Amino acid sequence: MAGVPLAWYLILSAILFALGIAGFLFRRNLITMFMSIELMLNAVNLSFVAFSYKFGRVDGQIFTFFVMVVAAAEAAVGLAIILAVFRTRKTLAVDEIDSLKY
Amino acid sequence: MSQYYTSTDHFVLIPALMLALFGCAVLLFDFLIFPHPKQRKWLIVFLIIGEIFTGAGLWRQQSFLSSYGLNELTAFNGTLTIDGFALFFNWLFVLLSVLVAIVSYRYLEIENEHHGEYYGLILLAQCGMFFMATGTDLITLFLGLELTALSFYVMVGFLRTQKRSNEAAMKYLLLGAFSSGLLVYGFSLFYGLSGSTKIVDVADALAAREPGDPLVVLAMAAVAVGVLFKVSAAPFHMWAPDAYEGAPTTITAFLATGSKAASFAFLMRIFLGPLESARPTWEPLLIGAAVLSLFIGNIAAVTQTNVKRLLAYSSISHAGYILLGLIAGNETGLIGVAVYVAVYAFMTLGAFLVLVALRRRDLIGEDIEDLAGLMESSPGYAVLMLIFMLSLAGIPPTAGFIGKYYILLALIQTGHYTLAVIAAVFVAVAIYYYFRIVRAMFVSERKETAPLASTFGIKVALAVSGVLTLGIGIYPDPFLRMAGFSLIR
Repeated sequence: MAGVPLAWYLILSAILFALGIAGFLFRRNLITMFMSIELMLNAVNLSFVAFSYKFGRVDGQIFTFFVMVVAAAEAAVGLAIILAVFRTRKTLAVDEIDSLKY
Repeated sequence: MSQYYTSTDHFVLIPALMLALFGCAVLLFDFLIFPHPKQRKWLIVFLIIGEIFTGAGLWRQQSFLSSYGLNELTAFNGTLTIDGFALFFNWLFVLLSVLVAIVSYRYLEIENEHHGEYYGLILLAQCGMFFMATGTDLITLFLGLELTALSFYVMVGFLRTQKRSNEAAMKYLLLGAFSSGLLVYGFSLFYGLSGSTKIVDVADALAAREPGDPLVVLAMAAVAVGVLFKVSAAPFHMWAPDAYEGAPTTITAFLATGSKAASFAFLMRIFLGPLESARPTWEPLLIGAAVLSLFIGNIAAVTQTNVKRLLAYSSISHAGYILLGLIAGNETGLIGVAVYVAVYAFMTLGAFLVLVALRRRDLIGEDIEDLAGLMESSPGYAVLMLIFMLSLAGIPPTAGFIGKYYILLALIQTGHYTLAVIAAVFVAVAIYYYFRIVRAMFVSERKETAPLASTFGIKVALAVSGVLTLGIGIYPDPFLRMAGFSLIR
């Protein structure tokens, strides 16, 4: 990492995070939205690792491991729920899943 | 015991250990020891034993603190802190979990669903809540939040074959995961600003920055939006009505009370910890969110016909009131937050429990019309529902009045006169829609003749929440003393 300034990592992380938010807000497919959330979490990981390297401390990297674990658990639960939704409705477009509204 | 796991660490961790162990054990016992459907009732007994062990751990911690005159006890090198605040919220979670568990048996039978996972997930969710109220490190707080949220995603979608439940789980999952992403991005900036994940160090590092530092503002905004999602404050409330309506009613009761209380504990830990020094920056943001929550929650509730959805909007407006206590920020306001959260939990739980009793075979019992003539058919339930509605509206002598009194008093003490007036005006709006339910029960003609699905568990749970709602309103002193003990610092 010698030579690459910290700011570049942070800018990359911010760009990835913004892409994740944009994907979540503008895509209307359940799986794509879910992948956008994973992208947001990975952007967070990048920023943690970059800070951790700068400080020469290990706790940021530990946080990264926990974020990865949480992302994996979320994917397991999330895909199961998406599967259940698909079974009852035969669609993955969020706009068509709208029976709850007033 | 080594330097990595001292006896103090163990002492502090016992309640969470018990919850996690019993949670996993319930999952195993479900098919190993109680394979026959008739034996599933024993799972509730097992859950209650787990809660007794948890309560014993909390009791020992509380007596340890008071006998040595300590304010707090930290463990794991400062990542967990047992103080009055953590104890107050953990007692609340124990009570709520037990009450939700004992009403669930009949409901699950009617819905024809599994039992083991359900009780296991309640315990695991409560384990997460323990860390949300007790954690003083960004990692523990985040993990507690996620453990709670993941358990709730599954529980909201527990009725797998029902479209509504699936959809509710999906919406809750997507928005919950999204808000967690925002929150943890803010946490990464906290870490970058301070070089530590302990909230004490983060608080020091943020206080050393000059006010209005763009990085602090960015971190604060990301964290604030994430937390406001979790407490379902407007404009980040969209998931709440859908999740509340689609979830099994017993879980809605737990989501609206336990998860909400835990989220507010989390919010207090963050906003009175790392973000305390940035108060001038976040105060306008929270004022906006609180006023908008009052407005949207109360106005949208007026037109609802589904009681669960109506109570969801009412819970959004209550989130607004609780935020006002934090905005006032003096001692009265912070005690007011604890008082309001607990009182809100008791009365909302009670209102949802009446709906649980209304769920019978072939009858969903969630519309206001389903409550018609309840006074005639089962007067006990109708009177209890009346008490909960009066309390939700904030009318004396019920507990809801004490909560609103504290919040309004704190706002006046700190000179937020406009906010106090707004908060008081919306009480009038709230009375209108709560009394639509009351009118249906007492005035409308009775339509449904099927008897209520009342069990011993429902009766006990309703009696407890009814007694607490009315008791705190009539004789608040002991409760207020407990809440006063819960101040952070």
